[in-house]
Amino acid sequence: MKLAAQVIDLQKHYDLGPVVVKALRGVSIDFPEGDFVAIMGSSGSGKSTLLNLLGGLDRPSMGKYILGGLDVSQMSDTQLSNVRNQKIGFIFQSYNLITQYTVLENIELPLHYRPGHPSVSAADRKKCEEMAIRVGLGQRLDHRPFQLSGGQQQRVAIARAMMNEPEIILADEATGNLDSVTSTEIMTLLRNLNDEGRTIIMVTHEPDIAMWAKRQIVMRDGVVFKEIKNEVRTTAPTAFAESSDKAFVEHELGKKPAGEGKH
Amino acid sequence: MLMRMIRTVQLGLKSLLLHKLRSGLTMLGIVFGVFSVIAMLAIGEGASNQAQKQIVALGATNIIVRSIKPVEGSTQDANSGGTPRYGLLRSDLRRLQNTIPEVVSAIPIRELYREARHLKYTMQSRLVGCTPEYQDLNQLKIRKGRFLSDADRQTRANVVVLAHEVAKKLFPVEDPLDNQAIQVGEIFYSVIGVTEPRTASAAIGGSLSAQEFDKDLYIPIETFRARIGDQVFSPKQGGMDSEHVELNQITLEVRDVKDVIPTAEVVRGTLEKFHPMKDFNVVVPLELLKQAEQLRQIFNVVLGSIAAISLVVGGIGIMNIMLATVTERTREIGIRRALGARRRDIIEQFLTETVVLSGSGGLLGIGLGLITPLAFTLIRDFTLRFVLDGGTLSDTSKMFQEMQPVVAFWSLPLAFGISVGIGILFGLYPAQAAAKLDPIEALRHE
Repeated sequence: MKLAAQVIDLQKHYDLGPVVVKALRGVSIDFPEGDFVAIMGSSGSGKSTLLNLLGGLDRPSMGKYILGGLDVSQMSDTQLSNVRNQKIGFIFQSYNLITQYTVLENIELPLHYRPGHPSVSAADRKKCEEMAIRVGLGQRLDHRPFQLSGGQQQRVAIARAMMNEPEIILADEATGNLDSVTSTEIMTLLRNLNDEGRTIIMVTHEPDIAMWAKRQIVMRDGVVFKEIKNEVRTTAPTAFAESSDKAFVEHELGKKPAGEGKH
Repeated sequence: MLMRMIRTVQLGLKSLLLHKLRSGLTMLGIVFGVFSVIAMLAIGEGASNQAQKQIVALGATNIIVRSIKPVEGSTQDANSGGTPRYGLLRSDLRRLQNTIPEVVSAIPIRELYREARHLKYTMQSRLVGCTPEYQDLNQLKIRKGRFLSDADRQTRANVVVLAHEVAKKLFPVEDPLDNQAIQVGEIFYSVIGVTEPRTASAAIGGSLSAQEFDKDLYIPIETFRARIGDQVFSPKQGGMDSEHVELNQITLEVRDVKDVIPTAEVVRGTLEKFHPMKDFNVVVPLELLKQAEQLRQIFNVVLGSIAAISLVVGGIGIMNIMLATVTERTREIGIRRALGARRRDIIEQFLTETVVLSGSGGLLGIGLGLITPLAFTLIRDFTLRFVLDGGTLSDTSKMFQEMQPVVAFWSLPLAFGISVGIGILFGLYPAQAAAKLDPIEALRHE
């Protein structure tokens, strides 16, 4: 099976003067295409460091990181920027939208940093709109982030992450700021993307959310502690079945796309 | 490429419009900086135009030779029994006229400051003995009657032409030409003409004040010699002061502008042989013009530098705000970096913002600068009319009265260029500070 990403004996050390903190002490994981992994672990386990390295925001002290067949572990800042733009889609806990931009402009943003800076064409704009419609925000293209709910803002972030057809999607506590119903909506959206073949790596500390993934990797003290295969994955109906909000469940199952009628 | 530039500028404008008050206040520094550069240069240009006009009024092809009184005690006391004898002689006039071929004409003047009287009206004025050519030489216009004629010279007639102001003062009611006469000393002169008012020309012969024409009385030089003579007595504290002067000034007209400076040298050389006391002075308006040009350049540099200081202050204000903006927008920078913005993209973004800020400040400043002449005139007229109530102005402020600032067109692109340059200069550091941020740290920033 083709690998979307692969880390080999990845190490990250932080030199704090008198002490050297070893945040990652040799991590090797394969991420095949179409994978859906949840990285678990308590704080200080190294999961955030791993995510930063996977996201090309930092370079490892030792070891290799191969993304889409390219060794990105020793790339220059500019090359890494291009890798982030082309091969990685970020979804953050606090959405990280640009507040002064509209929904459409936020979705468009990665296009402006494409290598070689081609100008944004009419076709590109159309794609942005389609993406907004896909995540259920077709009616809110001109809204600004403060006019949207948390779930809607996260949808914008997902659409933005998808714009450059990335190799992997990295979600950092994507549902951390959302209530359970909205979390389910967002996870459903991610699940759908994964079903279409997208590789998704998410960091979470919530076991419920981790159950949406195909497998869980538990980190401890800078190494992979254990790997769990999720035999029974959470899906939208099972998640809603646990929810007490029956009326909303009926509404959700009756009408797609989810969340559209809520505001 | 062009599309991208437009896009970057749009982006810059957008973030600036987000904080309208802050951007506006920041811009103000540049607005006033650019405005003061343009206004200062316009006023400098106006002042020098004024000076040049006065010098041109002296005539670019003229050489003016004036008598000056030598230092006390060094005068020739030969035959005059204590009366100092100095200055240009009638023989000098003939010599200059006949020996230098470039000299087209030589016009002598004898002058004396005396009180003129008509009935009970008196006025301190300058009695000028001159020839009919004096009118053209000084561009005097006749309002009523006529100027002096050659016939007046030959007959040594007791006739006088009054300058505008003298006529007004001595004849407040009557028509000065209605068979009237004025008295200067013991001699009566009948009035034959009145001149138009004429603006003063540049100072000559080391005196600081401009040459005025409005308090003059013109009589034929031959009449002057016959009636008053070369030796004149003036009342002085404790007795009489006397001096012996033949001519006060000779104005030489040269055929061509390019001959002016060499001819002036020849004139100087010729006169020096007969005047070892150096009791004369050669003034070349052309030289004055050149000096004025140099002075103007110094003026421009000084005024421009003063204005430039305010531009630098404005630039520091911009830098200050941009540094604050970078801190405030750390999160945004982190987001952009995560989405693939290179360091260069971040630098470009912030630099564009500062340049848009300073550039639009520059444009506003230019707009303000363009209305400077109008504003200057309005304020001056208001001051003259309501604050000073006219009339109480000294000679120096008379220049100010007539001055008109002129916006130098070269100063517009210059000022705009400087304001953009300031944007780049003072924007570079904050932009680099933004680009150097660690994306991980930036994303974590609250």
